[in-house]
Amino acid sequence: MHMSDGLLNAPTSVAFLVIAALGVGFALVRARTDLDDRTAPMAGLVATFIFAVQMINFPILPGASGHLLGGALAAILVGPYVGALCVTIVLVVQCLLFADGGLTALGANVTNMALIGTATGFLVAVALRKLAGQGTGGLAAVAFVSAFVNTVVASTGFVVEYAIGGAGGVGIGKVALLMWGLHALIGIGEGLITAITVTSVAKIRPDLVYLLRGSQKPLEVRS
Amino acid sequence: MKKFFIGFAFVSLLIAGVLSYFASGDPDGLDKTVEDTGIAAHAQEHPLAGSAFADYALGGDDKFTGLAGVLGVVVVLALSFGLFWVLRKKTPQNDLADR
Repeated sequence: MHMSDGLLNAPTSVAFLVIAALGVGFALVRARTDLDDRTAPMAGLVATFIFAVQMINFPILPGASGHLLGGALAAILVGPYVGALCVTIVLVVQCLLFADGGLTALGANVTNMALIGTATGFLVAVALRKLAGQGTGGLAAVAFVSAFVNTVVASTGFVVEYAIGGAGGVGIGKVALLMWGLHALIGIGEGLITAITVTSVAKIRPDLVYLLRGSQKPLEVRS
Repeated sequence: MKKFFIGFAFVSLLIAGVLSYFASGDPDGLDKTVEDTGIAAHAQEHPLAGSAFADYALGGDDKFTGLAGVLGVVVVLALSFGLFWVLRKKTPQNDLADR
């Protein structure tokens, strides 16, 4: 879901660069309380895993594919603030090292995938937290639903940005329908990947799942 | 404890280095949307499109996608681990609070 340069006009691109910078700055400040000797390495691995999985475009329709965005996955595993930073790092490396996602579009891309996607995934997951604490099936369901919603809402970010300052004057209804239809399908893939990942981590190291902290007996950690 | 982290990193390497060859080359949801509506005609080439690893390849040759993926994994791991390690709360107090 990385847009290239030129799809949004310059003022809109700059506005979203500012919004992204403010959001990431806020996340940087708040992330500190969620990071310690145990969760900091986990957060680095979550960012790395999202980068890797984003390389895997899966087919959704003939002639169309999708890839993980990772907002809900990151939020469930390392919390919303650290999670937003994880996705941001991935997007910055993709843009600067692999020319994936435009340079002036970076603000809008960070806003959609790192800020909107992670915040949405987190809010849905927290709303369903009770279910998440009830075994693997519950956790898988919560991961799937929050990832699905994260994908569709993040795609709405582009619709809004295009409505504000998009190039080409295409009707917003058409853009919205295509984005939502395609991302509902991509959201199923995002949901499956997120559910498999989160339940795998929870099976081995439930203490490293942010969403589950406080909802079960803390494990004695001996090093 | 260490085993889990090493395993997680290994899975990421495997996905970026090997599974990446099997990724679909079709446009993703946003690209498909801008292509089908004609918005894509306004897209500009990336300023770094000529750089060595542009498009997850090496000099435009996507035989090296796996190598680009491994490089990306290493760079993201180094950057994110570095940032999060610097940001973290120092832990002597944490450890005591945890017990």
